[in-house]
This record gives sequence, structure tokens and C-alpha cells, in this order.
Amino acid sequence: MITFEHVTKQYADGTVAIEDVSFTVEEGTTTVLVGPSGCGKTTTMKLVNRLEDPTEGTVYRDGTPLSEFDRIDLRRNTGYVIQEIGLFDHMTVGENIATVPRLNGWDEDEIDARIDELLELMDLPPESYREQHPPELSGGQRQRVGVARALASDPDVLLMDEPFGALDPITRESLQDEFLKIQAELDTTILFVTHSIDEALKMGDRIAIFDVGEVVQYDTPQAILDEPKNEFVEDFIGSDRPLKKLKVTQVEDVMSPPTEEVATAGGVADATAPVQSDGGSTVSPLEPTDTALSALSRLVASEDGRLPVVEDGDVVGTVSDEDIRRSNAGDKP
Amino acid sequence: MSDFVEGLIYLVENSDEVLYHFRGHLELVVVAELAALAFAIPASILAVRHDRIKKVVLGLGNVGQTIPTLAILALALPLLGLGFWPSILGLWAYAILPIIVNTVKGIENVDEEMVEAARGMGMTDWEILRSIQLPLALPVIFAGVRTSIVLVIGTAYLAMFIGGPGLGVMVVGGIQAYDWAQVIAGAIPGALLAIGADLSLSRIERYLGGDGGIDDTTVAA
Amino acid sequence: MLSSVHNWLAYVDFAVEHSDRLLVATLEHIEIIAFAIAIAVPIGVGLGFLITFDDRLATAVIWLAGVMMTVPSIALFGLLIPYFGIGAPSVIVALVLYTQLPVIRNTYVGLNDVDPAALEAGEAMGMTRLQLLRRVQLPIALPVIMAGVRNAVVILIGIATIGAFIGAGGLGDLLFDGISYVRTEMIVVTTVILSLLALAVDYAFSISEQLFRLNNGEQVESSATMRLLQRVIS
Repeated sequence: MITFEHVTKQYADGTVAIEDVSFTVEEGTTTVLVGPSGCGKTTTMKLVNRLEDPTEGTVYRDGTPLSEFDRIDLRRNTGYVIQEIGLFDHMTVGENIATVPRLNGWDEDEIDARIDELLELMDLPPESYREQHPPELSGGQRQRVGVARALASDPDVLLMDEPFGALDPITRESLQDEFLKIQAELDTTILFVTHSIDEALKMGDRIAIFDVGEVVQYDTPQAILDEPKNEFVEDFIGSDRPLKKLKVTQVEDVMSPPTEEVATAGGVADATAPVQSDGGSTVSPLEPTDTALSALSRLVASEDGRLPVVEDGDVVGTVSDEDIRRSNAGDKP
Repeated sequence: MSDFVEGLIYLVENSDEVLYHFRGHLELVVVAELAALAFAIPASILAVRHDRIKKVVLGLGNVGQTIPTLAILALALPLLGLGFWPSILGLWAYAILPIIVNTVKGIENVDEEMVEAARGMGMTDWEILRSIQLPLALPVIFAGVRTSIVLVIGTAYLAMFIGGPGLGVMVVGGIQAYDWAQVIAGAIPGALLAIGADLSLSRIERYLGGDGGIDDTTVAA
Repeated sequence: MLSSVHNWLAYVDFAVEHSDRLLVATLEHIEIIAFAIAIAVPIGVGLGFLITFDDRLATAVIWLAGVMMTVPSIALFGLLIPYFGIGAPSVIVALVLYTQLPVIRNTYVGLNDVDPAALEAGEAMGMTRLQLLRRVQLPIALPVIMAGVRNAVVILIGIATIGAFIGAGGLGDLLFDGISYVRTEMIVVTTVILSLLALAVDYAFSISEQLFRLNNGEQVESSATMRLLQRVIS
């Protein structure tokens, strides 16, 4: 758990990066700091591994003020991933990942095992990537190594500053998806900085929206979309707020209970079978964890006004565009 | 420090003598440098246009830079004997090296796309050289000239060993006579001349668009 | 006259006849330079490292070292003799001064050549200043520093000849004798040895520089020698 209490950071040249910022990052969650450039989000993050120290206020980690930690120890237990990655080009991929474990004095055997484990986690087969040097890799591969290096000593906290910012849209998307999966397996507390509200909504359990030097709203993605606190947040989210909301809403939150109609007309067996869409292509049935946006897009493509939602072979509900529209207006069915 | 002060006193008291040797020094530098320019620039242009000449010229340039200045002056002795002109020959031979190396590099480093564009517009090779390559290479060429001038100012001190004029006469004579005041009085004007030339030429170089930094070919003489 | 076969044979004769003296002078020459380099490189690397902390200091120090480089050697010897006396000490001090520019500048450039993001990452991973220097900055800077030392040594081989005039010995002695007695063979043979010495040093250093680069995983245009060396090493 990381707690910011009335934190102000003013640089030596007089610029105030953040002023009186307070919020708490819960254990094992991902909190995204989002805002336009120059809003102080990166500075806020750098306070956590003490690359910067606050001018006023206190940052706590699990209740202990950071100033009581040894800077070096603190950093060795805090993963750090940045947009520029900062891989050491003169070391191999394996040596890069081994950096912190070596600093912490692990056994070479332990380190070797850890390198392989992480490379596999990052979908980089160790036998072909371990001995390569970073300049030989693509941007996406380099960032995977960057993430692996940050996770090497299994830190309690992972800081990520625009980690996917320099990648092309397709690579970015797939790395985001993969990272979401990895994140689900880790119990690491993650602080994630981005300037993209879309990325924030996708990656964050909670989002802190920064305007110049202050946190304007700190809440869950859903709550921020439901009730933007002010005009700044509204503008920052953009005019396609309803669509963004559909992206963070799951089908199970909008679906109606299974109806007679579906149960009698098609039966369970039929409903669970792949649905033949108009285009003739086969799509798998909706699941409760799909986004409302994908439900809507299938409804648009389908002739039926109502689609079954299937979980483990059972129809657990149905969804119509009416359901989706209602939820977007703020009412739960 | 007292030696240094005595040297300054010597400098003032014997200003006629110092001025005489300083003029001799300058004559060596100016004549050798002008002769070097007159030879090196056309030679470089020729080298750029003919690959075989270029290989020979750059190869000679690289080997030439490994030959000590003293050795080049010494080599002039069996060829021309003692005096002013043998000194000029030695200084000239050393002065051409940085100019040629920089001119060839400068012209070759001009963006290939610009040359291509010029060719596409129907310029002849000669027109491309004159209106594209040479102007763009000018800062680099000038850096070579600057290096060459500073080198020659230093090397001219050694001309004395083969009977040439210049401030070397004072320094070498002073060392032989254990007259440190005279040594220092002879050393100061040349050091100032070299530093002054380097600084003012680097200013011109920056004006031409170069970085005015210390060239890699800079060699103390 | 220089080109006749007869004369080439005369040079070979001279070299064989005076091989003892040539060898002694060459070793003396190398000794003076090795001595100067041994003193100069730690100073230059130290200064190059120090100035990475302050940009203005860096500009000033590199400028000064550059000015130093333009001072004619015989003038510098003249300025040093009153303090260090006639002979090798004055020459070595001068050589140390002439070494500073290439070594300081290349150390500075090499240490600064490190990707700032890599430095930030290292710092954020909990490396101390010394660990950053040793594990990240130095390995990257080493080949660049080597290139500076290589430049310096080639320059020193030339300047050290002039040192013979103030009694430091070395191959310069033979050049001065050649001038005094107008002995063409002596001048030519000594010049060839000096040039070969410089070329050999240049080559040896460029190979070691490449080895350092290869060790860092950089792509190096590998020459036949490099491939041979790699095979020997692995």
C-alpha cells in the first residue's frame, strides 16, 4: 500500500510539479496516473522510489514514511519501467534481467532460473533471447525485456511510466493485453503513468486524473465515466464517453435474467453453439466477462434483438441493446 | 616563477631581436601555408573525382601523419640542404596533410541525396562540385586549414635545426646557452601566436557553420 | 638520388650495421612514452570523469587542454626546463600535458555517451553511483577512452623525438645526429622506424578497442585479425 499525504514537490528552479496531492494505492491493485503532459504525474511516480523527494508532505509505504527507508534498498524492491526502457546495451538480455538479483546477491543458479522464468512469462523463448543484446531486438521485445528486468527480484511495487508509449498501436495493444494477464497472476502493487485516457481506463483498477499539479479525481474507471467531477475531466475523457463506458462495462453487469423465449426457442444446446452472424462468419457466444461494447457490436451485426450470455455451457442471461442503453444512462437493470 | 618574469623582462628589453625572429617565423608560416593550400585543394578535388588517386592520397595522408614533424624537416635536409627553402619544403609537406584529409572527407560527407537531386536537375559534375559540394564542405575544409596553420606555427620552431629562421633560433640558442630568459622570451610569442590563431580561426569556422571544436587531426608540433 | 636501388641498399646496410644503437634508441623512445602515458592516462581519465558533473567545468577544462595542444613543443620544453631541468623529466611533463586533451575529451564523451534512460533505469534499480559507473558507464566508455589513448600515443611518438634535443634520449637523438652530420641513411631509417612504431601502436590499439566493443555486443566490422583473435579467445 502506498499513501500520499498532502504531498507537494517544488523543484530547485521554482517550478511546482505537484501541490497538496493525497491518495492511497491499495495493495495488489493497479493505479493509473493520467493527465496531460506537464501535469506532475511522472514526478508523483518518482517520489515512490525516491528518485525525487517531496518538498512537503509524506509518502508512506505500508504505513512507514519513505524517508525512513534506505534509498538503495527501497529501489531494489521497486520495479521501474520507463518509455525509453533504458536497457543496458552492452549487456545481454539475460544480464539485463539479472541486474537487481545480482545487486541483491542472489546465487547464479537462482538468477539463471529466474531469467528463464521471466523470459518465458514475457513470451521470449530463453534459448533464443537470453544471449542477445538489446539493439538486436524490436521495440516491443525490448519493452518486454524492460518489464522482465523490473520484475526480476519480485518487487512489491512496480512503477511504470508510459511503458508502452513509444510502441506502434498494434504492438502496444497486444502488450497491454499480455500485461493485463501477467498482472492478474502477480500480487504486485502497480503505479502506472500514461497520458492516454484509453490506456488508463483499460489498465487501471483505479485512476487518478491529474490537472496541472493536482489530482482532480481519484476513482474507479466506472465511477469516473459515470460521474466526471468537473469539466476538465469531462473534456479529458472526450466526447465518446458513452463508448468508453461500454468498454469498461462487462456484460454480466448489464444482462437481463434468461427469458422463456430463449430457453424454449433455441434451448441451451442451441444457444451455446456458435452463432451464425449475417456475414456468415462464426462468432463464439457472449460471455459474462465480455465488454458491453463487444456485446453491442454483435447485436448490431445480428438479426436478433437479444443475445444469450453463456458461461460454462449454461445460459446465464440475455442482453439486448435496450439493456446496454439503460446501463449507459446510469441505471442498473 | 622568477624565470618567467625574467623572460618577460628579456622580451621587453630585446623587443627588436624578438620581433626580428617573430617576423622570420611568420614568413615561414605564411609561405608554407599558402603553398600548401595551392597544392592541397586541387589535389583533393582531383582525389575525390578519381578513386585511385583518392586511395593513394588518403593512404599517404594517414602514413604521413605518423611521421614526426622533426623527421619531415630532417628529410628536407638531404634534399635541399640548409636554410629558408628547405624549411619551407618540410613545413609545406606537413601542412598539406590535414587540408587534404579534411577536404576529401568534407566533400565525401556531403549528403548523397543532395548530389543526386542536383544531378537530377541536370547539373554537371563540375557544377555539382562548385555549387553544392564545395560550399557544403567549406566548414570541414576550413577546420583542416586551421589545424594545418596551428601545426605549422609549432613546427616552424624546428626549422632552426636545418638552418631556417624563426623563434626557434631564440629558444634553441637559449637552451644551448642555458639562458632561460631568452628561452622563455622565444617561447611566449609562438605559444601566443598558435593559441591566438587557433581561437580566431575557430571563430571563423563557427561562422562558416562548423563546430569550431578541436579537430581529431590536431597534433602538437 | 633517394630512389636509386643503390641507396635503398645503403639504408638496409645502415640499419643492419647500427642495429644495436637503433634498438636501444627505440626502446628508450618507448620507455619515455610508456612512462608519460602511465602518468597521463589516470590523470586524464580522472579529470574526464570529474567534469561529467559540471558542464561549465567541462567546457573550461577541455578548452584549456585544447589550448595546451596548440603550444609548440619546443616552446613548452623551454618553459618547463627552468622547473624540471634538462632531460627526461621536462619531456615527460610535456608529454603528459599533450596527452590530456584526447584522454580527457574521450573519457568525457564516452561517459556521457551512455543513454540517459539507461542511467535512470540503473539508478531506479538501486545502483549506487559507483555501481552505475563500474557496471554501466565504464564498459560503454572504455572503447572510446582507448581511442583517445591511441591518438595520444601516436602524437607522443612524434613529440618525444624533439625531446632528444634537451637530453631525453630516444630516436630523436638519431634524427639530430643525422641532421648534424647530414647522414641521409640515418634520417631515413630513423623516420621509417618512427612511422612503423606509430602504425603498430595505432593498429594494436584499434584491435583492443574493437575487442572492447565486441565485448559490449556492438557490431564491429571484423577484420581478418579480429576473427582470428576471436577464435583464439573463444
